[in-house]
Amino acid sequence: MKRNAVVLLLVGLLAACVTINIYFPAAAAQEVADEIINEVWQIKEDEAAKKPEEKEPGSKDTESKGSAETDTAESK
Amino acid sequence: MKSFLMRSLMMLVLFSTHFVYAAPNLEINTPAINALKHSMQTRHNQLAPHYNSGAVGLTNNGMVAVRDAKAVPLKDRQGINGLVAAENADRSKLYKEIAVANSHPEWEAGIRDSFAGRWIDKAQSGWYFQSASGWTKK
Repeated sequence: MKRNAVVLLLVGLLAACVTINIYFPAAAAQEVADEIINEVWQIKEDEAAKKPEEKEPGSKDTESKGSAETDTAESK
Repeated sequence: MKSFLMRSLMMLVLFSTHFVYAAPNLEINTPAINALKHSMQTRHNQLAPHYNSGAVGLTNNGMVAVRDAKAVPLKDRQGINGLVAAENADRSKLYKEIAVANSHPEWEAGIRDSFAGRWIDKAQSGWYFQSASGWTKK
């Protein structure tokens, strides 16, 4: 009985590991993309950190702030 | 019961190291990737004026494309196609190499998508990129 439980645990953990390995690491990919793009385009780090703030006017983010607030909250 | 708990605990400790190793951190420090980076960095000096003029834009799949050949002086028009083709070849290789360097060739498409978004985010204002509604000026 105990043995069965251990085997079950082992199989379960193994499956979990495999699942995690297969998952595409999107956040890491973004980081790597940033690093490479900064080098290729010779963007300085502090400049790059400043960039995302100055979003282009009329982008969805700024427009949907007021009216669609509940929508975005739900989708999260 | 005690031994079972101990064994479970040991198992957990053993596998938790796996979780740590699996923590996302992509390897990009390989000779192939470094060579591609360098080649793209060098080519950027030639491409930058074309991004500025709008002749070349960033596509939504992580590539570049000739958007308006008329924005290029006649004498340079032949060269721009070669420039764009060379850049796209490097970019394709780069996405593939990153996936392969991390032992997951099937990640190539995901890496390409991540890059596509970041190229556009980091583009200078005035450059063109492909959005859902077509070519858009940043």
